[in-house]
Amino acid sequence: MIGAIFSPRVLRGLLPPLSLAVLLISIFWLQPRTMSYFGLNLLLNLAVPIALATIAQMFILCVNELDLSIGGFVSLVACITATWVQETPLFGLLALAALIAAYAGLGALIHIRQLPSIVVTLGMSFVWLGLAVLVLPTPGGKAPDWIRSLMTLKPPMIPFPIIASVALALIVHVALMRSAGGTVLRGAGGNPAALARAGWSILRIKMTMFALAGFFGVLSGMALVGLTTSADANIALRYTLLSIAGVILGGGEFVGGRVSPIGAVIGAMTLALAGSFLSFLRLNPDWQIGAQGAILIIVLALRLLIRQAEKRR
Amino acid sequence: MTDGPIVLVDGVEKRFGAVRALSGVTLDLQAGECLGLVGHNGAGKSTLMNVLSGIMVPDAGRIVIGGADLTERYSAVSAMAQGVRCVFQELSLCPNLTVAENARISHPAISGIGWRRRARALIGGMLDQVFPGHGISTDDVVGDLSIAKRQMVEIARAFAVTDREARVVILDEPTSSLDGVSAEKLLAHVRRYVAAGGTCVLISHLLGEILNISDRIAVMRDGGVVALDSARAFDRKSLVAAMGSVAEGLQGPAAKATPKRADAPAVLTARPETKSETLALSAHKGEVVGLAGLSGQGQTELLVRVFRHAAGTEVRGDVALVAGDRQTDGIFPLWSIAENISIGSLRQFLNGILLDHGRAQAFAQDWRARIGIRTPDVNQPILSLSGGNQQKALFARALGSTAGIIVMDDPMRGVDVGTKQEVYAMIRDEAEKGRTFLWYTTEMDELRNCDHVYVFREGAIVADLPHAEMSEEKVLHASFRDDGVRVSA
Repeated sequence: MIGAIFSPRVLRGLLPPLSLAVLLISIFWLQPRTMSYFGLNLLLNLAVPIALATIAQMFILCVNELDLSIGGFVSLVACITATWVQETPLFGLLALAALIAAYAGLGALIHIRQLPSIVVTLGMSFVWLGLAVLVLPTPGGKAPDWIRSLMTLKPPMIPFPIIASVALALIVHVALMRSAGGTVLRGAGGNPAALARAGWSILRIKMTMFALAGFFGVLSGMALVGLTTSADANIALRYTLLSIAGVILGGGEFVGGRVSPIGAVIGAMTLALAGSFLSFLRLNPDWQIGAQGAILIIVLALRLLIRQAEKRR
Repeated sequence: MTDGPIVLVDGVEKRFGAVRALSGVTLDLQAGECLGLVGHNGAGKSTLMNVLSGIMVPDAGRIVIGGADLTERYSAVSAMAQGVRCVFQELSLCPNLTVAENARISHPAISGIGWRRRARALIGGMLDQVFPGHGISTDDVVGDLSIAKRQMVEIARAFAVTDREARVVILDEPTSSLDGVSAEKLLAHVRRYVAAGGTCVLISHLLGEILNISDRIAVMRDGGVVALDSARAFDRKSLVAAMGSVAEGLQGPAAKATPKRADAPAVLTARPETKSETLALSAHKGEVVGLAGLSGQGQTELLVRVFRHAAGTEVRGDVALVAGDRQTDGIFPLWSIAENISIGSLRQFLNGILLDHGRAQAFAQDWRARIGIRTPDVNQPILSLSGGNQQKALFARALGSTAGIIVMDDPMRGVDVGTKQEVYAMIRDEAEKGRTFLWYTTEMDELRNCDHVYVFREGAIVADLPHAEMSEEKVLHASFRDDGVRVSA
């Protein structure tokens, strides 16, 4: 029984939440004042848009592709939200819908022409960035009030970022991991040939996954503007690597359709917290990115060890 | 149930480039029968199954199911809709999903609230029925299961019925990855299924299995059905005879010389890595040694071990390899013909630490002429060549190296007859000059060119035939296990 509890499989599943817990406890220990409603709110605020972008990346990774444009995309959404959505809401929302459609189109292009998604999305990252500069040449704009008030909600007892993250993880988990339709979407990452043989359209699956990624990318940009109140074309460029790292930290893999929405959200929060943790350590900001990388390496090394233990059994 | 055949393929043809995989196959499947399908490598069994399951579109011929001609709109989807199921040799499960989720993939009718429970009941019930005591949980992730258990899941899924019936189930070597007990359970289930009015096609190289289970047996050779009769009309001997071409020896060009074994020194010995009993392979200087048997019985693995001078092999001298799967293992698709030829011998063209391109170029020119690669200019991209000429370039790469031993991994797949003859002559020629060849081939005819043949089965060498004793019948007999009676249905 105890053997079952501590089997490598269970350990592998527990690794992401345990990493997050270790990080949180260290932060509480370094700075006990963060252990409050207000402290947690501040600590986790910026984790929400990162978590949304990570979920977007997860949909792409699930079908064995990689999105190097999500950072530029989120920046563009942020710029559109802070300008068009604020000034002419209908036009702004239409533009965002068109962006989601463009993502679905990218999925179709990658599948039909058998292009490497890395190349296509790397190219698109410059397109998104260029569009963002066109929409908002200098930093500025203003968050629409309704987004601002949503992102600064103060629900009783539990801070908003925690509620939002839990809700996000659970909704995507049910839709992708538990529903019959989600099963087919994940199957396309595991064995596309078998899916095609069973009569499913891989093209439709890829388009669906890319559209979902676009949708969550849009949510991420809007949430980000709600927090920062204004936008700038470079606001979310680092999200590209953060989102990939978040999915992998959360137990996902680059190929094979093995992803976990709950893990992805936890991974995103871990990465967001890692920055605060290093600040509390009074680490020179120059070293912070390197230290963040070190945290990533440690967690992934642990995963490798667990997998080797699994193989030995 | 309608009278007449449930499935009829009529004059179906399929070509892959120069190779004619199916040449006008006509076959009918009746409700309530099990049809055994046997044949040697490349006889066309797998192609026929791919056509039946709608994955490959035939070049000519008709497919009639339940009396309706479906040739025009036949696809994987319509095959499913007609209740034609296929269990492929290479597994078609999603390793990242659970057993129950995989059942859902091929049964779209399972959806909505509670789908997971219904999927579990469907696949779990079928597993209990076919393989009682299987020890598989429907919540196990497929990637964590052993190959045998995955095969069980795949078979159970093919027999499972939702709104899609399972009228025809095609099993391609289903018992090859199952243990004896599970295989017996499966075969017993096949008999029950057939007795209840289902139709089953069983492809197997275990002839005892085929003879015991089938009602009728079809024998394929060279893309056609050469014998089709009630199973009672066959025995092991007559099946093997039907699979081979007209009884004749395999003595070919190699026969003229006296055996080289007598006086030439041995340059390599190797023993397959297997737990079962096996002979050892040895090759002497100047010999062409053939590795025969059904495909995938451990021949490639042995070649690779020789190539790497791995432990357990004794190899004297350098080894060059001619890859069989040109596209993945052989050519550099973005390079020119000249670069593709000279890559194997770059060390010869070193000028200090730099490469002398002039010499590499001249080398490639020389080999183009010697081997007869049909191109005006060796600086053309390699993909401008036909498949046969690409293969010649790979031969030039290996022969141009200084290696004394050349291992060839079924190099003539999909090559036209004319090119084959040229290459055979070249191999004999190089062997006369003292090079040693290890030649894995899936084509019986090519064994004629070998001085000595080893037959592989299930990872072991089971027969050792010098040229003088070689015959197609002997190779076939060794390739198919004498497995006796397994099931009393």
